[in-house]
Amino acid sequence: MTPVRITYRECCRQAIREAILTDPRVFLMGEDVGRYGGCYAVTKGLLEELGEDRIRDTPLSESAFVGAGIGAAMAGMRPIVEIMTCNFSLLALDQILNNAATIPHMSGGQFAVPLVIRMATGAGRQLAAQHSHSLEGWYAHIPGIKVLAPATLEDARHMLKAALADPNPVLIFEHMVLYNMEGELDPTIEAVDIASAKVRRRGQDITLVTYGGSLFKTLDAAAALAQDGIEAEVIDLRSLRPLDVATVVASVAKTRRVVIVDEGWKSGSISAEIGMRIVEEAFFELDAPIGRVCSAEVPMPYAAHLEQAALPQPATIAAAARSLVGPA
Amino acid sequence: MTKVHLDHAHNLHLLKEMIRIRRFEEKCFELYQAQKIRGFLHLYDGEEAVSVGIMQALAPQDAVVATYREHGQAIARGIPMTALMAEMYGRREGCCRGRGGSMHIFDRERRFYGGNAIVGGGLPLAVGVALGDRMQERGSLTACFFGEGAVDEGEFHESLNLANLWRLPVLFACENNLYAMGMRLERAEAEPDIHKKAECYRIPSEVVDGMDVVAVEAAARRAVDSIRAGNGPYFLECRTYRFRAHSMFDAQLYRPKDEIEEWKRKGPIVRFQGWLSENALLHADELERIEVEVAAEVDAAVAFAESGTPEPVEELERFVLMDAVPA
Repeated sequence: MTPVRITYRECCRQAIREAILTDPRVFLMGEDVGRYGGCYAVTKGLLEELGEDRIRDTPLSESAFVGAGIGAAMAGMRPIVEIMTCNFSLLALDQILNNAATIPHMSGGQFAVPLVIRMATGAGRQLAAQHSHSLEGWYAHIPGIKVLAPATLEDARHMLKAALADPNPVLIFEHMVLYNMEGELDPTIEAVDIASAKVRRRGQDITLVTYGGSLFKTLDAAAALAQDGIEAEVIDLRSLRPLDVATVVASVAKTRRVVIVDEGWKSGSISAEIGMRIVEEAFFELDAPIGRVCSAEVPMPYAAHLEQAALPQPATIAAAARSLVGPA
Repeated sequence: MTKVHLDHAHNLHLLKEMIRIRRFEEKCFELYQAQKIRGFLHLYDGEEAVSVGIMQALAPQDAVVATYREHGQAIARGIPMTALMAEMYGRREGCCRGRGGSMHIFDRERRFYGGNAIVGGGLPLAVGVALGDRMQERGSLTACFFGEGAVDEGEFHESLNLANLWRLPVLFACENNLYAMGMRLERAEAEPDIHKKAECYRIPSEVVDGMDVVAVEAAARRAVDSIRAGNGPYFLECRTYRFRAHSMFDAQLYRPKDEIEEWKRKGPIVRFQGWLSENALLHADELERIEVEVAAEVDAAVAFAESGTPEPVEELERFVLMDAVPA
C-alpha cells in the first residue's frame, strides 16, 4: 500500500463517516455540523451523503445537545457530539461533569454513558480569549471520563473508532491549528489504542513530554537541540486521562531530565499533574529540576505577536531543555 | 384510550399507591431522626397525586427522568421499597449499591434514569433518551419530572426548544409546588403561569389540579395519546404543594403555617379518599386492608435495609469507568 497525502481535517472526517456507515447506532450532532459543513469544515459533505437523521444540526444550546447525547447513549445509541470550541463546552459542563462522568458510578453500574464528545482546542488563529483556550487539562481532572488529544494523522484517523468502542464518555480535543496539517497517513496502521503514550522521537539526553498541538513545536525544538548535540526524547501523551505515567517514567529513568510542554496555563494544570507524578514515582531518577513550558497566564490576546508570545514556541522549549542539560 | 377507567379496582389502586408513598416517607422521616438515613432527604408529602397519576399512563417500555425529590416517582414506577430503603441506608443491596442515596435513584429494569439533583439537569437527559428511543423505533416516550424552580434554568428552555424542534416523545411534567426551596413562585417568575412558557415553544400544554389524582391521570392519558400519535412533546403543569419542609434542614421561614394547613385540607389522599367514601366506593375495611398491607411492606423494607450489608470499601472505585455497556 502506498501512503496517501491527507490533511488532519480529512482524517477526522473519514473517521466520522466510517463510524456512521459501519454502526447504525452512531450519529453526529452539533452546531453547524450539517449544512454549514462544520465550523472547521470537518464534516463537509457528510449531511448530503448520510442524511439528517445521522448528521444533526442543533440549535445553539450546548447543554441541551450534550445532555441529549448522554441520554441517547444511555438509551442505546453511540452519539458523537461536536462542540465548536472547548470554550463553548463550559456551557455544557453541568452535563459533562454532573451527568456523563457521574451516572455510571452513581447508579451503581446500572448505566454506562458510551458517548464521544469532539471539540476544537487551542490557540494560533488570532481568535482571542473566548475561542482559543486549552481546557483539556481541566477535563482530565474529572474521574469517569477519558480525555484524548490526537496530534498525528494516524490518531486523528483512528482514535474515534476506539473511543466509540469504549463504554465510557470520551472527550476528544482536536487542536485547531492541526486541521490544515497535511502529510502521509501510514497505511499500515488500521487501529490505535486510546490509553498509551507514544515516543515520537528517541533520545537519551532529556525527555520532552507533550501532546496535541504542542507536539510538532516540541519536535521542532528537539531538532534544534540535536544541532547542539542534545538528543531529546519526545513523548506524545495522546491520552490525558488516563495518563500513561509508566511511559513517562521509563523515559525519565533513562534521560534523567524532563521538560513538560503544555499549551494550558501552568497553575493547577495537567503539566503540574505530570510533574507531580514524576516526583512521586521517579524522584530519585532526576538529575535536574523538572522544567515546564506552558502558555502565559493571560486570557489569550488577539494581536498576533501577543498571541505567539503567550504560547509555547520551539525556541522557548529548546531554551528550557538547554537550561536543564547545561552547556554541551 | 384517553379516559380514566374508574372501576373499583383502579380506585383502590390509585389510593393505595398514594398511601404507599406517604407511609414510606413517614418512615423515612422517622429514620432520618434516628440517624439511619443521612445526607439530604427531600420528602414528597402532598405531591403524591402527580407521580401516581402520571405513572398510570405510562407503559413498561417508557422511560422516566426525575429529580432529587423522587421517592414518589420511584415507588409509583414500581421500584421495590426494599431496594429503595436499602439505598437510603447506603447498603450494597440498595438499587444503586449505596452510591446514590435518596437523591439519585436509578433502576435500569424499569427505565428509571435518576434521581437528578441539579435543578434542570434532567431535562436535556430526557430529551436524549427520547431521541435515542425514537432513532431505535422503540415507540416509547420519556416522562420528565421537574419542579417549577427548574423553569428558570437555561437547560429548561434549551430542552423544550430541542424537544419540539425534533418532535421528540417527551412528556414534560412540571410539579409546581409554589416554592423553589424557599423562593415563592411570584418572587421568581416574570411570568408565573408556567404552562405559558411551553406555549412559547409551541408545545401543547395544560394546567392540572395536581392535588386530584384522577385529573392528573386523565391529563397524562391525553398527553400520552398525543405523544404516541407522533405530535411531539406535551407539557403538564401540575399545581401542587409540599406539606413538609424542603429538606431536613429547613425552618420554613418563607411561608405561613396556616397556608400549609389550608393545603393539607385539600391534600391528594384525604381528598380522593373522601370522595370515594362519600360516593360509597370505599369501605372502611378496604381502607384498613390497604393500610395493613402498606405497613407490612414498609416494615419489610426497613427490615431488608437493616439486614443489608455495606459495600466493601475495595469496591469504592468500581463503576467509575465501566468495563462494558450493561446488556
